[in-house]
Amino acid sequence: MSGILASMIDGLLIGSVYGLAAMGLSLIWGVMDVINLTHGSMIALGMFGMYLLFSAIAVNAYALLIPIIAGGFVLGIVVYWLAVNWVVDRSQLMSLLSTFAVNMMVIGIGTAIWSTSPYNVNFSLPGITVGEYTFTGNHIAAAISAVLIALLLELFLYRTRAGKAIRAVSDNREAAELMGISSTRVLMVAFAIGIALAASSGALVSTLFPFTILSGAGYQLKSFVVTVLAGLGKPLGALAAGVLLGLLEGAVSPFIAVSWIPLIEFGLFVIVLIFFPRGIFGRASA
Amino acid sequence: MITMLRRPLFWLILLLAAVFAWLPLRGNNVALREDLILVAVAIVLTSNLNLMIGYTGYVNFGHIVFYGLGGYVGLYLATVRGWPLIPAALTAGVAVSLLALLFGLGILRLRGAYFALATIGVLVAVQAFVANFEPWGRSTGMYVAFESYAPMGGPRHALWTTYFLVIAVMALSLLLSLGIKASKFGLGLFAIREDEDAAIVLGVNATVYKAIIYSVSAFLPAVAGALMFFKNGMIDPSIAFEYMLSLEGIVMLMLGGSGTVAGAALGAGLYERLRSYLLTSPRLSDFHLVIAGGLLLLVIRLAPGGLIGWLYRLVPRSREVVE
Repeated sequence: MSGILASMIDGLLIGSVYGLAAMGLSLIWGVMDVINLTHGSMIALGMFGMYLLFSAIAVNAYALLIPIIAGGFVLGIVVYWLAVNWVVDRSQLMSLLSTFAVNMMVIGIGTAIWSTSPYNVNFSLPGITVGEYTFTGNHIAAAISAVLIALLLELFLYRTRAGKAIRAVSDNREAAELMGISSTRVLMVAFAIGIALAASSGALVSTLFPFTILSGAGYQLKSFVVTVLAGLGKPLGALAAGVLLGLLEGAVSPFIAVSWIPLIEFGLFVIVLIFFPRGIFGRASA
Repeated sequence: MITMLRRPLFWLILLLAAVFAWLPLRGNNVALREDLILVAVAIVLTSNLNLMIGYTGYVNFGHIVFYGLGGYVGLYLATVRGWPLIPAALTAGVAVSLLALLFGLGILRLRGAYFALATIGVLVAVQAFVANFEPWGRSTGMYVAFESYAPMGGPRHALWTTYFLVIAVMALSLLLSLGIKASKFGLGLFAIREDEDAAIVLGVNATVYKAIIYSVSAFLPAVAGALMFFKNGMIDPSIAFEYMLSLEGIVMLMLGGSGTVAGAALGAGLYERLRSYLLTSPRLSDFHLVIAGGLLLLVIRLAPGGLIGWLYRLVPRSREVVE
């Protein structure tokens, strides 16, 4: 019994990283109604960013999150101008295809550089031992980092002028423009923050598990599941739903093979979409 | 049916199939046959994907699921159960179509982008299932025993037979697209693509239409999958459900012109040849995805109608011939 409990606590820690990845997706989706299919490749770039930085300067891996977030932000601006700005007002088909095209290019470049063999970041913090179970330090540190980043985002969105502008555009773009908010700039910043979140979650994952350039796809799927669980445009909701998904994975993983987990997640995704189209945490208006 | 005979594209499709069948036969050119079979499969996948994306306006990112599952069912029936190839392939098609109908009734309640996300989920979920499914050899997959080719006159004859069958499936795919385009059912699909709510108000039963077209678009790719994996002699989850192939199908369709029968064939043919060239070129082989992605970005940005859309603009009367 306590084995399941330990597995669930571990799942909870990892789930907060899923939540962080989903926050980025949810922010972009909620603000500009673009489903960002570059998310997986940006998560993968976060992983390799951590790998490269950590190989270059062997400091505490979690301190490297700061340059990775900054890098992700800049990358987000590039991707926004390359593939997103001109599809914002077009059909969803267009934005799916254009972000997906960028995804292919990033994966292609990544495969050419790093092939698809696994890498890992060789850094570990001392763990905490409770009875016969040890919770690794990295899992705890990753969870704390994820929650910290999530809280910072929440502060930004609710306490700063730029954050309020993002929420205003998300609620009603036309009205926000009438109030003098430049929606293009707001969309760009929101997109860049979303990519920075994806990159930081990838960086956190890289301290937990080995990864390849294709690993992002799995986390992208988890992000979709988490985002629909939480409902759009609720960053803290996405964090909570991520934790929930992690808990669920932790609870089932002692009983079934890991390779079955995508099947369960997908089932959950469809069930939630059909029965709770606004997410289980709900949302007043679409 | 009679009106089909009066459409130029109908005869062009038959001509294309005849040329495909005849070219490698001349001089027993096996290398050319192997090139053309890949083009034919690309056309099968792209023109059936077109039924979803081009006709109905629903993106299916997991189209390759049908091909891979068809391959698994077909190979299982042909080798483990000892069925002859054609009934095995047809049964694979029917089985996968029924499964698609079942999935479709569930996920097609989702609109637009949510559906697109669910199709990614279908791909991942089916792959996870097959990789854990004992009768299908889990992650190691299945092999075709050498004796399985014996009833078809040995491997050499079997390869030629599967080639002609794949060409037939290619022609059927294009004819299916052409037939649906002119039918009342096709008009209903176009209405859903343009405005689903308006279509429903005008009496199109959108849920049923979408489920039917999703299921129909599964049939021929599944048959082609059964034939191809039988020809290749083996199958495993990573080659059966190759995500990249699923994605490249979308590039092919947008390149040629989504929503048009000829565009699907043209895009598939051109892209498949380009890909073969890139994959065999020592300098560019690592970058074929980059080039594909860049191509897709350029096409949707500069010519959202693809090559056929460009042709329509250049020669407006071509619409009557090239559908």
